[in-house]
Amino acid sequence: MKYRRELSAAFKASIPVMMGYSVLGFAFGLLMTSQGYPWILPVAMSALIYAGALQFLALGFFQAKAGLGQIFVASIFVNIRQAFYGLSLLKKFKKAGHLKPYLIFALTDETYALMTTLPEDPQLKRRWYLFFLAALNQSYWVGGTLAGALFGGMVRFDTRGLDFSLTALFVVLAMEQYKRRRDLLPFFIGAGASLIALALVSKDRMLITAIGLALLGMFALRERLERKAAVDE
Amino acid sequence: MNELWIWEAVAVMALANLLTRAAPFLFFARRRPPKAIIFVEQNFPPIILTILIFYTLSSVDFGSAPYGLKELGGIAVTMLLHRLFDNYLISIFGGTVFYMVMVQLL
Repeated sequence: MKYRRELSAAFKASIPVMMGYSVLGFAFGLLMTSQGYPWILPVAMSALIYAGALQFLALGFFQAKAGLGQIFVASIFVNIRQAFYGLSLLKKFKKAGHLKPYLIFALTDETYALMTTLPEDPQLKRRWYLFFLAALNQSYWVGGTLAGALFGGMVRFDTRGLDFSLTALFVVLAMEQYKRRRDLLPFFIGAGASLIALALVSKDRMLITAIGLALLGMFALRERLERKAAVDE
Repeated sequence: MNELWIWEAVAVMALANLLTRAAPFLFFARRRPPKAIIFVEQNFPPIILTILIFYTLSSVDFGSAPYGLKELGGIAVTMLLHRLFDNYLISIFGGTVFYMVMVQLL
């Protein structure tokens, strides 16, 4: 195969996401079919929407028979954090050509975190490496959903706690970010914003609130953040 | 259950989700983003990672026993392994196995 090396590098990078996505996808597929929905519905959602929190939230929309306009607005707000992700990837995706629409479509939390944190081998064709990384991650999500929708009822393996792999992934990626730029301030901003959000609002609004607070904190401390970044370069 | 309505809802969610992911590429494809946007772009990754860690732990009750100690233990094991071996597969796998043992056996 022409891009075998890109595929193998992307596969290695994607393994931790495999653990998290296949389990969460499985749980999602199982949950939907156990509520009486046809197996094709969760699978189609994982293929077409491909956003974890939103898909779980969809179950609530279905049960409440929410209006389409309300679903649209709620979906935007649940995932508005993703609008910031692309900002870190404008340059990286610039030369992606015909692969770019898929890279943008498949930009989940975990895929974004891997793409912005892991060092890339300059020998590899970047756009194919990124494409394989994104596509592998989605294949775990869709595959997990399919397995959960079809076989969820039969499994006996105790998976309690397996979803911690997503937390561990974020912890490791945060440590890698610290290595690149030895500044604790961004982590304090993130932690402070999260704690305030957790104290003030309900869980379903925690993400968007924490992001808003973190942006405020960033601009309040802009001079200090930029000074440190300039010293590092 | 009205089947068509459910599929319309799926289409609406897919579109809304794609819009949030595509927004920066639509707005800044041609012109250079303003300085404030570049500042966000360069400083946001460590901040959002920290927020996502808290988000994945947001259903943990730190106020009553076991006070989130299982989660904190899992994070400590993950960080320790990462310091020792600097291999993120080992770190994530080890931290997750530790956490699963804590949750299932204690």
